Amino acid sequence: MRYQFDFGALLPYWRDFLDGALTTLTMTAFAVVFGLAIGILCAIGRRSASPLLQRLCGFYVELIRNTPYIIQIFFIFFGLSSIGLRLPIFAAAVLTLVVNVGAYTAEIVRAGMDTIHPGQIEAAQALGLSQPQIYWDVILRPALERVYPALTGQFVLMMLASSITSQISAEELTAVANNVQSFSFRAFETYIVVAVLYLALAVLLKLAFYGFGQLIFPRRRRLGTPL
Amino acid sequence: MAAAVSLRDVHKRFGEVEVLKGVSFEVAPGEVVAIIGRSGSGKSTALRCVNRLETIQSGEIELCGRRVDDPALDLRALRRDVGMVFQSYNLFPHLTVAENITLAPRRVRRTPPAEARRIAEEVLTRVGLSDKIDAYPEQLSGGQQQRVAIARSLAMEPKVMLFDEVTSALDPHLTGEVLKVMETLAKGGMTMLVVTHEMAFARRVADRVIFMHTGKVWETGPGSMLADPQTPELKEFLANGL
Repeated sequence: MRYQFDFGALLPYWRDFLDGALTTLTMTAFAVVFGLAIGILCAIGRRSASPLLQRLCGFYVELIRNTPYIIQIFFIFFGLSSIGLRLPIFAAAVLTLVVNVGAYTAEIVRAGMDTIHPGQIEAAQALGLSQPQIYWDVILRPALERVYPALTGQFVLMMLASSITSQISAEELTAVANNVQSFSFRAFETYIVVAVLYLALAVLLKLAFYGFGQLIFPRRRRLGTPL
Repeated sequence: MAAAVSLRDVHKRFGEVEVLKGVSFEVAPGEVVAIIGRSGSGKSTALRCVNRLETIQSGEIELCGRRVDDPALDLRALRRDVGMVFQSYNLFPHLTVAENITLAPRRVRRTPPAEARRIAEEVLTRVGLSDKIDAYPEQLSGGQQQRVAIARSLAMEPKVMLFDEVTSALDPHLTGEVLKVMETLAKGGMTMLVVTHEMAFARRVADRVIFMHTGKVWETGPGSMLADPQTPELKEFLANGL
């Protein structure tokens, strides 16, 4: 038995692949921005003096990190529509990504914050900095510099996991692939192309994160050593 | 003249353990006071109560006319008047020397960046490190880091400076360079409260020495009292230290 590869059969669909890849990237961009914001707020919440806030943030993090992403997607997607809230599919897919990655981000950021020695905070207090200033300049900035590789790794994983949103027909790369293979009857070739595209997206994302890191962490750029 | 710092019958507990059992002393403006004593005698805690890194259970603390123990105190206003240098330097590792020094002026006083940079150059000159302005803390020796920490504190032009065992993590050579900076400050008229294990420094530079023992001020006097201790506890402390 020899399989005859025929990638030519996929050529008419190149536009669909491109659109799918762009949708995946756009979803990822939104999810990174909002997921990071939620993660940071949640990490701060878990360190706050309020037991209620601590528990609330802890509950969210544990709930998300201990249930499958696909169940979260169905829960949010069908849950929202059953209470009468109908979001566009793209928005719903991004929402599930944000909720999911926010919890993982929170744990990574919290781990980074835990590495900040209390003496650092005392020095900042002694200098007269306010609590929000201390959080930004003395806790968050070095914490993010420390966990940046773990954080961006998580975001790449999330980009790959966004393929699961094809289950609610978000028109991203995997959904496109599913369509293309059903029209072209070239399933093997289709998924090879999609795998290569995901690989390219992942490499692109890693490069972008690396460049951004060099931009926002001048110490790392100049010394090249871990903080 | 009103005291720059005064403690009156200060009590401080950590849970069940009472670490300050009615501590009282004063520091006059321009005076250098050294606090000595064994580990656990409460000397660092007393210092940390002065800029309210620790809150006290009872008693009164005043700094430059401000009641430190007042719960309604404007903490940030208090901390503009008092600088602190720590045993472990506590420089911010992700920031350059210049950024470490200018952070508080820029954030707290809204000093424009160019002006803040000028302040950084000036205070670094005072501690003899103007060539390190763009280095990162990890590129400096312990003694240099501690001098930067002193410069960082000076940049806010405090009226009083607190030193918490600032040379305890340094070898004798590096200790010397830090003490020299502190001595210059003292001669310049800075009001200083110095918790230290450096007996020679206490004897030579301090106007007054306070010996703390078991959470109390045990003996106090001029630097020369170290040559002639009155209480058996101070006698024993000095004997063990040498």
